Amino acid sequence: MQENNVKTIDETEPTAPVIHVSPSPHLVQTESSTRRMMVDVMIALAPVVAMSLFVFRGYALFQLAVCLGGCLLAELLFVSMRGRASTLKDGSAIVTGVILAMSLPGTAPWYVGAIAAFVAIGIGKIIFGGVGMNLFNPAMVGRAFVMISFAGALAASGFEDVRSSVDAISQATPMNAYKMNGVVAPLNDLFWGTTNGSLGETSALACLLGGLYLIIRRTASWEIPAGLLVAVLVLGGVADLAGPADGWTVLHQILGGSVLFGAFFIATDPVTSPLTPKGKLIFGLGTGMLIMLLRLFSGYPEGVMFAVLLMNALTPLINRWTIPTPFGGK
Amino acid sequence: MGLKLEGYAGSGTFAHGIHPPGHKNLSKDAPIRVMPTPDMVVLSLHQNIGGPCAPLVKPRQTVQWGETIGKGSSFVSATLHASVPGIVQRPVRMTLANGRHMDTLPIKSEGEIPSGRGLWDEIFGGDWPTTDLDGYEPARISHDINDGGLVGLGGAAFPTHVKITPSDKKPIHTLIVNGCECEPYLTSDYRLMVEAPAPIVAGALLAGRSVGATRIVIGIEDNKAPAIAALKKAALGTGIQVAVVKTKYPQGSEKHLIQAVIKRQVPLGGLPSDVGVAMSNVGTMAAVARAVIYKKPLTHRVISVTGGGIVNPSNVLAPIGVSFGALVEFCGGLTPDAVRLVAGGPMMGFAFSNLNTPVTKGTGGLTVMTRDEVKAGEETACVRCGKCVDVCPMNLVPTKIALASRHQDIALSRRYNIMACFECGSCAYTCPAHIPLVQLIRAGKARLAAADRG
Repeated sequence: MQENNVKTIDETEPTAPVIHVSPSPHLVQTESSTRRMMVDVMIALAPVVAMSLFVFRGYALFQLAVCLGGCLLAELLFVSMRGRASTLKDGSAIVTGVILAMSLPGTAPWYVGAIAAFVAIGIGKIIFGGVGMNLFNPAMVGRAFVMISFAGALAASGFEDVRSSVDAISQATPMNAYKMNGVVAPLNDLFWGTTNGSLGETSALACLLGGLYLIIRRTASWEIPAGLLVAVLVLGGVADLAGPADGWTVLHQILGGSVLFGAFFIATDPVTSPLTPKGKLIFGLGTGMLIMLLRLFSGYPEGVMFAVLLMNALTPLINRWTIPTPFGGK
Repeated sequence: MGLKLEGYAGSGTFAHGIHPPGHKNLSKDAPIRVMPTPDMVVLSLHQNIGGPCAPLVKPRQTVQWGETIGKGSSFVSATLHASVPGIVQRPVRMTLANGRHMDTLPIKSEGEIPSGRGLWDEIFGGDWPTTDLDGYEPARISHDINDGGLVGLGGAAFPTHVKITPSDKKPIHTLIVNGCECEPYLTSDYRLMVEAPAPIVAGALLAGRSVGATRIVIGIEDNKAPAIAALKKAALGTGIQVAVVKTKYPQGSEKHLIQAVIKRQVPLGGLPSDVGVAMSNVGTMAAVARAVIYKKPLTHRVISVTGGGIVNPSNVLAPIGVSFGALVEFCGGLTPDAVRLVAGGPMMGFAFSNLNTPVTKGTGGLTVMTRDEVKAGEETACVRCGKCVDVCPMNLVPTKIALASRHQDIALSRRYNIMACFECGSCAYTCPAHIPLVQLIRAGKARLAAADRG
């Protein structure tokens, strides 16, 4: 240290100031952090969770407890198996747990949620190297696993329990009622969310509120939901015009099922979506198109999960296609 | 807000960039104080981009104020002058703030030069003609600039005569004078524009004449109203216009100011002259006027000594080669919580630890930062949020380049145009995961350059 010749103002200070060096920039914003981004997602999920608790009561509480507990336990277990320091405090396991719970039917037995949680964290995330490294949306990996393993629990009939005292559970899901019997749910119900379905998907209003918050906070990019919704709007509109006049309009396509939940909370997962604005738009458009293809031409009434997983697989390629031209480049 | 300037296509801004807190209030209202001649100055023989100087003086030789003591060997180099009168000491090798080891000529001051107001008047006072400049031949102007040892005072320290030399191959139509000073904290250019607009205008007219520019425009950020007013007043009737551009970092980057004013992109790896522009800093223009009109070399410059770690943040007119320690002392010393000394501003400046380090021609400021000011969050994994992409003024993908650099993947870093990065720090400033992106990119650039050399 060379500042012997420099007086500090406070002569009672025991030592000269400790000067350390570091590469530039020396100024760093501290308002945002990855943890803060996770907190944002949780705040955005609040209306969705609240609505699911209101509509599904004990079923929602039960599924949330199973999935959250499962995800946290799996994170703790798998991270310690890798010999790494605990990553529980980054909040990503909590977000995965809540999103997973919101994507499952309230009626699913406890082991379905628990297995989905372990697969989501273990195979969806930790196996790739933890947060930020995974290729596929962890919650969707977990959900896809149980959807195929426990076909009964997550098939259309799995959502229903006619003996239930909760109104929503005693009906068929709107997507399935339409696919099987051509029954069209009232738009009003789809908007407020008083229908059956996966816990978080039923209320379009709650998804829009949370989604708007994410976009205003810039925690989620607007390009992905915008691209996704435009694609659903266009293809849904074409299907609406070309198909029979059975009352199932493009608005039902948007408000029904998990399009809005998927657009704002699942497809926007930054880790598994492209980096550049252009790439994000392509990702959104592709997801929306796949959703409509699956809805219209597959045996499933819904396609959000598979659409997101397929586009996750394309993300590295999209990144490669959309390397931006630098300022001053040709 | 658009750029309301007849004949200029720019919108007054550029895409991306950041809005860091300015912290300019610390020193923006502090008038430039003249520092008393220090006991010793240490003049690096290499203060500029390009070749170093060869010393022309021997130890124990007496030199006058402004005497030439070093001469550049190549075209791209700058002459060196004694910034104080005195006795040359034995050359020593020193580490400059930017980390380079350089041979230096220390001069022990002895003899009188004007002090206080006298020195200010000697350097910035007097008569600065804006008419009848026809007598100054363009070739003569760049020759005088070379003799004056001028380099870009905005920080890059590129020899000014090289920029200001008339060229037939790349005709220059516009001279842009850079008064943006977009780095947080720094206020030296601002104070100079407010207190000495006349030499800036005279210098701009001479430099514009030298390069054959038909238009001269001074670019200033819109948070510097008094500087805008002062320069508009000083430039009245000269044909020089003031372009008020948006306050945004890095607006003072050469390429981005050109984009903001004339809406042309300097090609990658190219120079402003590729789009018919010459650009120089306001301080350099004042030095040009002095070198051409009064044949006086660059010996002093204005330096902001600021930051939360300085007792009296100030703007100081000090001789080149003064030690940072002497500047600190002149400004009341360090506060107990000072932890980082930065030569320049906090975004692109160099941290150093030795207060004996000398000031060079390119030093526009000393920012002393406190523990709270440099506080950074804990580094976490990249979640690919893309915020670095959203702020990169060069439209790069910083996280990918940093990742390529971390994995020493030269091909990948090249595919993502690593060399286009000018290390402005916008990405690292913004990153929510607090990843040292600039540091990683810098390492990647060095690795790529080494690979290209074979």
